[in-house]
Amino acid sequence: MADLNTRPNISDADSFYAELMAVHDGLTKTQSDALNARLILLLANHVGDREVLSAALSAAARAAGVER
Amino acid sequence: MTKIFETPLYPYRRSADQDMLRPVRHPVVVIGAGPVGLAAAIDLACRDVPVVVLDDNDKVSFGSRAICFSKRTLEILDRLGCGERAVDKGVTWNLGRVFFDEREVFSFNLLPEEGHKRPAFINLQQYYLEQYLVERAREVAAQGKPLDLRGRNRVEAVGDHGDHVRLEIETPEGPYNIEADWLIACDGATSPMRRMMGLDFVGRVFEDNFLIADVVMEAEFPTERWFWFDPPFNRGQSALLHKQPDNVWRIDLQLGWDIDKEREKRPENVIPRIKQMLGEDAKFELEWVSIYTFQCRRMENFRHGRVLFAGDAAHQVSPFGARGANSGIQDTDNLCWKLALVLDGKAPESLIDSYNWERVYGADENILNSTRSTEFITPKSETSRAFRDAVLDLAEENAFARPLVNSGRLSVPCTYDEGPLNGPDATGLPARTRPGSAAADAPIGDGWLLDRLGEGFTLMAIDADIPDGVEDGGIAATPLRLSATDNPELAARYLGDASGAVYLMRPDQHIAARWTGFDDTAVAAALRRAAGRQ
Repeated sequence: MADLNTRPNISDADSFYAELMAVHDGLTKTQSDALNARLILLLANHVGDREVLSAALSAAARAAGVER
Repeated sequence: MTKIFETPLYPYRRSADQDMLRPVRHPVVVIGAGPVGLAAAIDLACRDVPVVVLDDNDKVSFGSRAICFSKRTLEILDRLGCGERAVDKGVTWNLGRVFFDEREVFSFNLLPEEGHKRPAFINLQQYYLEQYLVERAREVAAQGKPLDLRGRNRVEAVGDHGDHVRLEIETPEGPYNIEADWLIACDGATSPMRRMMGLDFVGRVFEDNFLIADVVMEAEFPTERWFWFDPPFNRGQSALLHKQPDNVWRIDLQLGWDIDKEREKRPENVIPRIKQMLGEDAKFELEWVSIYTFQCRRMENFRHGRVLFAGDAAHQVSPFGARGANSGIQDTDNLCWKLALVLDGKAPESLIDSYNWERVYGADENILNSTRSTEFITPKSETSRAFRDAVLDLAEENAFARPLVNSGRLSVPCTYDEGPLNGPDATGLPARTRPGSAAADAPIGDGWLLDRLGEGFTLMAIDADIPDGVEDGGIAATPLRLSATDNPELAARYLGDASGAVYLMRPDQHIAARWTGFDDTAVAAALRRAAGRQ
């Protein structure tokens, strides 16, 4: 079983971040939300591992202090 | 046009019970002559258990209602002796197509496998199924089986007397009472029996309305299930088109929550909606229109002393997935052999508790699946809609997204994993036929495996030696010897990598236990366990 990797793992982090912002350029809030949803689904499928996905979901829910 | 649902099929006739000074005691009384009650009655009568069916009506159900009958239901109907009629009349289909907005995003085959007698699904109006079941019940009774179907007999009150119940019945000629050792309530989602006994029925109401219209038309659409998300003719909502026999088409349109039901049901409002869907020139006639809101819920217990609940009376699901009538028929399939053994004194009364365990398990699986489908079809927040649309947008180009599209997970029989009647499993045999599962069909010679299984327990040996008879405490398992040589389907479904196997099948064609070779003590123990005697 793989653990959720929360250590730095993206090479050239700044350019990734810039690219992430760039795909949202000029989009309305609704269009951006739709793009984010598609992106999450694509990445989730790439990860595949069900336990890692659950760990990522709870890590995301915890991060902003949202108790679920 | 005379419709089958306008003709009394089992008109009121005075019963000898009505002229008795004391209430007559019957082993089993079934309340409700819908598909579930009739299936129960035929099953019991064929097992020589005397059964009386009471219904406050004398006709088949009005309107078409349930239309999709699953492979497992057809297999059960085969066992009851009316599967062939249903399949002959029904529309067979295996293919479903899913559309989003104006494009087809993907299609799926429900039974991508050969070697089964019955198709994944047939579509058939519920009134035809009820008609065939009533006729089969008459045929069984004419052959001397103890089945008594009483129309216009309405149960007014029930009294629980521990080892029996007493019923007060109203008829056109006044009231009378009878007693029953066991009562099976198959009286539908609004079950008067449940209400009279003051029992719970908790769950979730989904805040949405659906218009069902059955229309008669000559059309060239193929016999497939077509499902639309957000189509141009029903913006922001869903739609379903499905073919039934006699050129009747089921149209199901989501309407949303805030509507005037009476207004939406009027033909002058229904017809324009359907024209938007089928085209202005479409020639059709409305057969039946109804608006429904659905619920997903079940009773906490399906057994209350000597009263057993089955079908919609015990559990309700959303229609997506065809899990209503199909699961009700499976309830009776599970229950009747157990009742027969208990009434015959061969199994303890506690065997009936396994009905509750197994069918509650099945109901929970159905509720889970249909709730998930409903949440996909009718997203309840902006975010859930964004994800739903994202799945649909991705599905056309990306195979990974297709399994996420949920327009209904269509009914398959549930496997009673960890069930109280399950015996041992053997490693290396295929997972699909593990203990608790419904037997998978396979071709055997010119016929089919499921047709070779008897009314009682069967001990099936595939390339393994078994004796002529195995018996435990008066319950026998009939031997069935098969070979998987030149039968790849049988090998794949029952042997896997093993060279031989022995399966103990229950009377409802579920697998009780299995081994890679015969062992007298082990088989007897499994037979004891499957009959609830351990």
